Amino acid sequence: MTNTEKAASVLTSNDVQRAVRRIAHEIIEHVASLAGSLSSPEKIAIMGLQHGGVWLAEAIHSNILEIQPNAPVVLGSIDVSMYRDDIGLRPTLEVATSHVPCSLDGVLVVLVDDVLFTGRTVRAALDALIEFGRPQAVRLAVMVDRGHRELPIRPDFVGKNLPTHVNDEVLVRMSGVEIFPGVHA
Amino acid sequence: MSNSKSVLIIGGTVVNASGEVLADVMIDQGVVQEVGPNISAKYAAENEGGPQRIDATSCVVTSAFVDLHTHLREPGREESETIETGSRAAALGGYGAVVAMPNTEPAQDSVAVVEFVRMQGERAGLVDVVPSACITVNRSGLQLSPFHSLAQNGVTLYTDDGNGVQDPVIMRRAMEYAKELNITLMQHCEVSRLTEGAVMHEGCCSSHLGLPGWPSIAEVLMLQRDLELMRETGAKMHFLHLSTARSVELVRQAKNEGLPVTAEVTPHHFSLTDEKLSGFNTVFKVNPPLRTMEDIEALRIGMQDGTIDAIATDHAPHAAHLKDQDLQAAPPGMLGLQSALGVAMKYSGCSVQRVIELMSWAPARIAGLTARQGNSVAPGNIANLVVFNPTAQWEQSLEQIVSKSQNTPYLGLPLQGQVHCVLRDGKVVVEAGVITK
Amino acid sequence: MKHLLSMDDLSLGEVQQLLSLADEMSEIQKRSQPKVPALRHKTVVSLFFEDSTRTRLSFETAAKRLSADTMTFSATSSSVNKGESLRDTVETLSAMGVDAFVVRHKTAGLPLAMTQWTNAHIVNAGDGAHQHPTQALLDAFTLTRALEMGNSLAGVRIAMVGDIRHSRVARSTVRAFVLLGAKVTLVAPASLLPPSLIYSNAAHTRHEWPVSVSHDLDEVLGDVDVVYLLRMQHERMNAAFISSVDEYALHFGLTAQRLARLPLHFKLMHPGPMNHGVEIGVDPALVPGSLITQQVTNGVSIRMAVLLSLLGPAASSETTKEERDV
Repeated sequence: MTNTEKAASVLTSNDVQRAVRRIAHEIIEHVASLAGSLSSPEKIAIMGLQHGGVWLAEAIHSNILEIQPNAPVVLGSIDVSMYRDDIGLRPTLEVATSHVPCSLDGVLVVLVDDVLFTGRTVRAALDALIEFGRPQAVRLAVMVDRGHRELPIRPDFVGKNLPTHVNDEVLVRMSGVEIFPGVHA
Repeated sequence: MSNSKSVLIIGGTVVNASGEVLADVMIDQGVVQEVGPNISAKYAAENEGGPQRIDATSCVVTSAFVDLHTHLREPGREESETIETGSRAAALGGYGAVVAMPNTEPAQDSVAVVEFVRMQGERAGLVDVVPSACITVNRSGLQLSPFHSLAQNGVTLYTDDGNGVQDPVIMRRAMEYAKELNITLMQHCEVSRLTEGAVMHEGCCSSHLGLPGWPSIAEVLMLQRDLELMRETGAKMHFLHLSTARSVELVRQAKNEGLPVTAEVTPHHFSLTDEKLSGFNTVFKVNPPLRTMEDIEALRIGMQDGTIDAIATDHAPHAAHLKDQDLQAAPPGMLGLQSALGVAMKYSGCSVQRVIELMSWAPARIAGLTARQGNSVAPGNIANLVVFNPTAQWEQSLEQIVSKSQNTPYLGLPLQGQVHCVLRDGKVVVEAGVITK
Repeated sequence: MKHLLSMDDLSLGEVQQLLSLADEMSEIQKRSQPKVPALRHKTVVSLFFEDSTRTRLSFETAAKRLSADTMTFSATSSSVNKGESLRDTVETLSAMGVDAFVVRHKTAGLPLAMTQWTNAHIVNAGDGAHQHPTQALLDAFTLTRALEMGNSLAGVRIAMVGDIRHSRVARSTVRAFVLLGAKVTLVAPASLLPPSLIYSNAAHTRHEWPVSVSHDLDEVLGDVDVVYLLRMQHERMNAAFISSVDEYALHFGLTAQRLARLPLHFKLMHPGPMNHGVEIGVDPALVPGSLITQQVTNGVSIRMAVLLSLLGPAASSETTKEERDV
């Protein structure tokens, strides 16, 4: 249960844009650090998780290209609804289509989502990803890590670490990040 | 309860064909002794050796009902009903006599089977079980039944019910015998070629549901044929469970011409429509099928204006596992004995007196049972009586059903008119809605 | 939505939702590995009392694409009715742990009855001449996608030709097409129309059959965007519904001459299997507007969408966490 009247803004739109830029730099540096080794990827696929990670993936992708115009980076999205472990527990199904730009064999995939919480969506995304090939490696970029992990998943690139209560709702948009406090037991 | 006791019915309204009067009724030695106001004052209290007292306040007292059309299933289908359980249902429904339909296994097409059924009825001892006999051997429509032997044995009613007699030659011959022997043929009007595979009335509902239908014309064509044959042969005929508006019109015309025709309708045909089948519940599958509001209006008018002579239940028990099949496979038929009065008072649009005519006096005449049934409540007449509350509102529940089967269409539907007591040969067999024997 | 028994039970919104979901299912079907784990712990049992390899396989494929476990119970009705009652069969299977039954039976009403005998979800795969809702949905899906009209058929003129009276496809698909805004004309000899359309003029009937009726195929073909052919069964001749299949083909079949008169943009549909030389006198492969193969492919996508809609969402109305469980 959330209280929409008492939202607290924790990041402004400028904060978000700066975080996107920083993540883009971090990804480029990470790829550079692999150059010359056996794990150097030929391509980087920035894959946004439907629906929340899609805008963020687009923003990261275009930022990377601004910083390094010839980067071998492609953009895609993954629908995880068919891979969730809670089918039969939620009242509705939200299904979308995955857009995978190329085979993911040997590709460095960066999964992108707006919020990292229990980790279950990312686990589902990993399952979904395997359908499209065998990535060389998979990294995770999120704008907000709000804690309360239920699975051993950790992000590689984070916009902001945000401690929250489990009943809070976190809304992440290009225009800013807000917390809507829930009922605290 | 001592069975040599006399009985005093107090405070009811005695209804006879001649009129009605608020009166007490004194019964002794199986016969009505006295009818009049305040007789009860003359007698000692029950616990002082006086007569058994029945409180009939708000009730009607009249001759017990007679059902022209009951399926008792014995011999052959005892899993669905026996003569004993059927008799219990009949008694609770206020009946003093039932005509047992002959589609048993073996069929009632011989003196031996007829006598067996009669004997089982006597053994149960709750209602007069009057067996009818088939028109053709084994109801096959091919060979005539032994009419002379059966008539000599006392059978007055003959039918192949369950089916109509399809062959006009057989029907004409049977009518010749009927005229000769002064017996009554009863027809289940259904041209079977027109109803092959049917599970419900052919109309808007069946068209919507994609279910094969039983068109009204299948009943009307056979009725028309038989009325013409009656005109030619002079035989007496009774038409079973008429269900269509056109059938009522045809009988009205035939009566106007003076033909010796009588007709019955069932309670379900004047209270339920084909829409009941939209839930595909086999309880509502019956032959002839439930039809439309237009048909129901016509049947009601027919009952009110005398075109229809009798209400007959067509009580057709089917064990649960038989009805628990798809619509095509499930046998047609519904229970009727225990709900008949409740449906008649609620849905027929007839006065109490007219209902009693339809359920007791007329059927007793048609079945030739007037020696024991359907007589006025008057000194000297056998005390086969029913005491019922004509305005009591009630609903049928499965716990009330005493049949072996449970296929009643009236669960949860409002009914009016409830049986309080039934007397048979002057003894109380049903008291406060419960069998006392 | 707990069951899918009849098109009559679905609102326009629900139909459109299923059509949209089927788009996603089509995408999954196009992958090199057309399988997702969405229903991996669910069991779907096909209970077919009437022979139908095509529909049964279509449902089983749909279930398998969603990783459900499948089982088939094929019974001819007579063997079941003689000993074990239908109810016993269903209750026994149900006790083995079934999440959904896909059932086909030659008499209407069994799927509805089954909802009283088991807690499993019920999908009607065809009950007598009553309903075949997944056929109607796949027909609507095929046509809307072919005409690129989103989830609408507003103003589309459709002629449905054949044995309407005995057809569950007709009853379901007419409802689907009309719900989406199409103008439907039924074309058949009177004996093959539902009795209420030939014997009654009640307003009642118009409400249940909001269609036009014609006995003249040639007249209708002048003004039509879609021709939907129904299979003409040989048995109808034996029961005196038609004089002969040749007579039927002559007056109601889609012959080459009739094909030539149809507008270029017209679409052809048929639920299959086809009786060549009877309702259809041309090879559909040679008909540019034929949507018949798409109907088959889309059958799997629609059935995936239906299974997902029934088995996916929570059974109870209590929500667990409304926010996205990230």
